[in-house]
Amino acid sequence: MIEFLQQLINGLSLGAIYALIALGYTMVYGVLRFINFAHGDVFMVGAFAGFYVAPYVLKLSNGNPSWTVMFLVLVIAMLACAILGMVIEKLAYRPLRNRPRLTVLITAIGVSLFLENFGQYAFGVDPQYFPDLIGDHAITIPAWCGPLQDLTIMVSQVLVFAVTLFLLILLRFIVTRTKLGMAMRALSVNPLATSLMGVNNDVVISFTFGLGSALAGAAGILISIQQPSIDPLMGLQPGIKAFVAAVLGGIGNIPGAALGGIIIGVIETLVVGYSDRLHIPSGYRDAVAFFLLILILLFKPTGLLGRVEREKV
Amino acid sequence: MRIAAIPLFVATLLLGAMPGLGQDIQVGEFASMTGGSASFGQSSHNGTALAVDEINAAGGVLGKKIDLTTEDDRSVAGEPSTIVRKLISEDHVIAVLGEVASSKSLEAAPICQENKVPMISPASTNAKVTQVGDYIFRVCFIDPFQGKVMAKFALSKGWKNVAVLTDVKQDYSVGLAKAFQDAFTASGGTVIKSVDYSTGDKDFRAQLTDIKAAHPDAIFVPGYYGEVALIAREGRQLGIKAPLLGGDGWVGESLLKIAGHALDGSFFSNHYSQDDPSPVIQNFVKTYQAKYGEKPDAMAALGYDSAKILADAITRAGTTDEPQLRDAIASTKVFKGVTGDITLDADRNATKAAVILTIANGGFQFVQRVAP
Repeated sequence: MIEFLQQLINGLSLGAIYALIALGYTMVYGVLRFINFAHGDVFMVGAFAGFYVAPYVLKLSNGNPSWTVMFLVLVIAMLACAILGMVIEKLAYRPLRNRPRLTVLITAIGVSLFLENFGQYAFGVDPQYFPDLIGDHAITIPAWCGPLQDLTIMVSQVLVFAVTLFLLILLRFIVTRTKLGMAMRALSVNPLATSLMGVNNDVVISFTFGLGSALAGAAGILISIQQPSIDPLMGLQPGIKAFVAAVLGGIGNIPGAALGGIIIGVIETLVVGYSDRLHIPSGYRDAVAFFLLILILLFKPTGLLGRVEREKV
Repeated sequence: MRIAAIPLFVATLLLGAMPGLGQDIQVGEFASMTGGSASFGQSSHNGTALAVDEINAAGGVLGKKIDLTTEDDRSVAGEPSTIVRKLISEDHVIAVLGEVASSKSLEAAPICQENKVPMISPASTNAKVTQVGDYIFRVCFIDPFQGKVMAKFALSKGWKNVAVLTDVKQDYSVGLAKAFQDAFTASGGTVIKSVDYSTGDKDFRAQLTDIKAAHPDAIFVPGYYGEVALIAREGRQLGIKAPLLGGDGWVGESLLKIAGHALDGSFFSNHYSQDDPSPVIQNFVKTYQAKYGEKPDAMAALGYDSAKILADAITRAGTTDEPQLRDAIASTKVFKGVTGDITLDADRNATKAAVILTIANGGFQFVQRVAP
């Protein structure tokens, strides 16, 4: 029982990671109907931005990790990624705005490859140790919990979960309660009409990319605190998983992305953790997750929470 | 402009198509200079390049200089076959050096065999590599030996119940895990849990929770450094106290940086120890350090030996023609390499000693040498 609870915690924590990255995917798709395949690589740049800034921030606090240090590094990485996202949009996607979708999609793959290879050139190819910004440790479970004391929950795991939840609410707020959010939603329905209504589409799209990339930056920092090994190709695998999570939850739907991430994370963990009892080799965990995706899309083509043309973004 | 360029283009083609015109001996190398196992590729390349420089500075072989062409396979499956074909058909290399990772060597070996170009792998330990054919050699020991060394070592420490955590995407890891398991169970040990992961994974908590519930005395992790470091970290966080055991894939610059103290008290087998006081090794460490500013790891030492063995064989053959060169490599006997005395056996594998290292005080420490 304890083992099962521990696996559930492992799964939720892995799922929160996917969810955090998936939020950015779904956000950009919701507005532009375009999969930004470079999202996972912006996530990587965020981690490296944190990696290079962290020593200076740590010096300010005499080398002691603290929440303030983490917060400062997080904000800087998010800013760096937001700028990067807007630059990518301006240089690579804006000139292609009126071209077929496929052209933009291929360009996104090009941007992704560029970032990966530039990263290998600029940051080096070997994995680097990401400094511990918060003084990560296991949470002490009080004695009255009895056997539950054997569970291991890291502060960083709770942090990823909490931040995902917070960003989820914040994004919902921006999209549904602010003027810019209203413009984003309008743009996702009909870009021509919004520009006729006096909305500057360029600004809205630029903002969407900035916001999506800032989310990737945040994910880069938080995940690197938990798994402190960063390399220029680290965005590949979680990028794909997060994309699947976003589709599973209903791409374009913000709570759907979070739900999809959690589901994939928990299923993967349970398949691996109980592989010999389930008689599924643990190498098949991706196959199980993707099989589930196919099943869900067969019966609900818009994903779990995706409703046709309602509440998109 | 375009028309003017055609004669030049044709001339280049003709020149390129005439091997033997150049004075240099063309040797090809393929390595993971970028990507996930770049630490291996860069180390082995540095070692190889150092050996070639030394050979050329001493006057080359057969009065000619060695010209080393290095191609990067980016640690990507499928890439080695492309670049090795290029090395053979365009650069007309007389021999190919590479790779460290067994999966990559297994891809290139059939191509070298088919074209009758000798291939010397510096560090691929999977037994299948040299079974591809009589043109494929290696200068390192093989996994059945390495697995036996670690199995014996675990039992000598009194660890009878061991869990195995394998990287299913790497032939190296799968082969070494099997070798260990066979030797371990044959000598009375029990593998109580066997789980796996894939290259590039960062979260191993599911596997480790499963392993923890089985209470092993030790955990055998025959993976590569990038994943091993995180496995150790996450294992300690989950409260696993058992030591980790591994093979030469642990050697990588970032292993200890990422693992921190999580690997303290763990053991792995390796090809050589840079702290070995033998003058051959200390000499090599000194020249390597002078050139690259860091100490050579095992992959660098093996890369160095692979180039030196090739040069030695060319000298003994007196030609770079086939099959004389192949036969000369095959008859390498007691060659004094930095990774030990290298003799190639009938299966074209090197028989030589392994060393066991432990991790303490943020560095590797020599434990013992195990003769074949």
